[in-house]
Amino acid sequence: MGSTQLPTPRINGTGQHIPEGMESGDPATGMVQLLGPDGTLGTDPVFSDYAKRLEPEQLRGFYADMAKIRRFDQEATALQRQGELALWVPLTGQEAAQIGSGRASQPQDYIFPTYREHGVALTRNVDLSELLKLFRGISNGGWDPKENNFHLYTLVLAAQTLHSVGYAMGIQRDQKLADSAESNEPKAAVISYFGDGASSEGDVHESMVFAASYNAPVVFFCQNNHWAISVPTEVQTKIPLFNRAKGYGFPGIRVDGNDVIAVHAVTEWALEHAREGRGPVLIEAHTYRVGAHTTADDPTKYRLSAEENEWRSKDPLDRLEKYLRAEGLADDAFFEQVKQDGDELAAYVRSTALALQAPDIHDAFAGVYAEAHPLVAEEQAWFREYESGFESEEEAGH
Amino acid sequence: MATMTVAKAINEGLRATLSNNAKSLLMGEDIGALGGVYRVTDGLLKDFGPDRVVDSPLAESGIVGTAIGLALRGYRPICEIQFDGFVFPAFNQITTQLAKMHFRSSGRLTVPVVIRIPYGGGIGSIEHHSESPEALFAHTAGLRIITPSNAHDAYWMIQQAVECTDPVIFFEPKRRYWLKGEVDTENPGPASDPFKAHVLREGSDATIVAYGPLVPVALAAASAAAEDGHSIEVIDLRSISPIDFDTVEASVRKTGRLIVAHEAPTFGGIGGEIAARISERAFLHLEAPVIRVGGFHMPYPVAKVEEDYLPDIDKILEALDRSLAY
Repeated sequence: MGSTQLPTPRINGTGQHIPEGMESGDPATGMVQLLGPDGTLGTDPVFSDYAKRLEPEQLRGFYADMAKIRRFDQEATALQRQGELALWVPLTGQEAAQIGSGRASQPQDYIFPTYREHGVALTRNVDLSELLKLFRGISNGGWDPKENNFHLYTLVLAAQTLHSVGYAMGIQRDQKLADSAESNEPKAAVISYFGDGASSEGDVHESMVFAASYNAPVVFFCQNNHWAISVPTEVQTKIPLFNRAKGYGFPGIRVDGNDVIAVHAVTEWALEHAREGRGPVLIEAHTYRVGAHTTADDPTKYRLSAEENEWRSKDPLDRLEKYLRAEGLADDAFFEQVKQDGDELAAYVRSTALALQAPDIHDAFAGVYAEAHPLVAEEQAWFREYESGFESEEEAGH
Repeated sequence: MATMTVAKAINEGLRATLSNNAKSLLMGEDIGALGGVYRVTDGLLKDFGPDRVVDSPLAESGIVGTAIGLALRGYRPICEIQFDGFVFPAFNQITTQLAKMHFRSSGRLTVPVVIRIPYGGGIGSIEHHSESPEALFAHTAGLRIITPSNAHDAYWMIQQAVECTDPVIFFEPKRRYWLKGEVDTENPGPASDPFKAHVLREGSDATIVAYGPLVPVALAAASAAAEDGHSIEVIDLRSISPIDFDTVEASVRKTGRLIVAHEAPTFGGIGGEIAARISERAFLHLEAPVIRVGGFHMPYPVAKVEEDYLPDIDKILEALDRSLAY
């Protein structure tokens, strides 16, 4: 399979050159892992330096974020089961991939999620109750993407990967203007999320072609959670997905997606690479969707519980908890507080979701076009008239 | 006033846009050094550079998808799809993403992307190079669709498309690229509203509505009918979405008869939409059913028989005869 493909000159997080012969990732699988399932921290010639920069507060923050979003996920699933959401897309199992990558991004970066990036939304300070609007039939979006540079969820698989590259091409042009104006604006990049299933879509291919051709500052972040609803990754690809980057001519990195420290490190590296004008990077985060694809799905029909159990033993929260305790970075009180915070968040999300008001169909008329449109105006006027007919009937009846 | 072809007028319109709007840029296949397969972008790479005139990889979904991203970042991309029949790889991006972005963001996002598509037949070309897919896009809310029929409109309408906050599909009548006309580059005059239909010829006996490549055909049919003593009004629709039904309705209230001509197949087409709306709006003013003249329900046929497929003067005159016979 070969090791993770870093470009030359190969540099680490502190700008030091990596000597020849020292490769990142496991020699057999290419997998970059720092924090193993047993909670011990390993080393990597490139990415250990990123891990060393992490303050204890950040590590505790990673844990708190992961625990929070898992609790949120449970609550949203419960809301769906109680008939309050049409559907829910659970993320449990993928917390490290999402929190690690999201926390590596800077405010000036722009994020294009799929529809499962609840953890990334948390790192971008999106009010999590906004995520439920889509699933409660309130809005097709919810939050203001420009407020936190976190785009709307995209349900048409992989469509957002092209938007990501176009957005990155826009950043590139803005950067040129900023450079000529000697502006101090921080350099930006884009993270484009997609999954192992979506990797088969043509738009992923085209987005990688465009990104490579224009050297666009975009990090493709593929969460390989091993199942596209009921179809395993082996049906999507015959080679490890990160190896596809080689074919497009940019670096590909495979990372243990359940290792929040490694995910954070490789994403920081990739974003720096992109922001500095060195072009796109593909990260394949090896993780697992512990639950169903959506609440409409039944994983017992297509996969073995033994496989699920094996992945549960690689749980991203458990291993960080072991590490934090072993290093004396967090105590019982910390974990108790995290649990309380999670319950508070769940209560907030539940009450906010249940209080969401149905929108007015007239808001829908208003949103079709940005500029006045005679047909929409005519149909809206007709509908108002039609509605008012019922009102006057009611009045007559009373 | 300057005399120029439709292709040159679009070229000059694009040049004006690139000069006036620093956020505008062109994207497409072969639009740079070659200047486009129809030379519509000729010379623009030299004057505006590769960041503004972008030769793209050969991937239509990629062109439109990245244009959406650029628009989200504040740019005004103008995409060229090389031929009508090659827009379909981008159909998903256009209909599920571009058309809906404003709507699904509750109006927070705008995606002012322009998609230029040379369309229509009559040039003796090979498969997939002569199609008229406008109805497929007109059915999609969130898009605007306009099509010029002459050089002056072409010059102004392409610039107006770029200025529009909504996504616009700009259908270029490729067999009229070489049609010359007077262009007033100082003043749009009646072309100031790209979504308004124009009455090109006034008449009292019947109305012909056409757009894009069939406008000269409709005018020629009206002239021929005049020799037989019929006074025919001709309307250039200009905008396919929205449609300026007010102008069409006013004409039909006067003439009582309506023929709609387009190259696209009549089934499920723009002509059917106009017929239905005018029947609703002016039923009692109609002296005859609205008659459509258009393509058959078949894939665009081979070039050697396209003259049988395409609406021409005789087909429009035949439709006029049927209408006037009521």
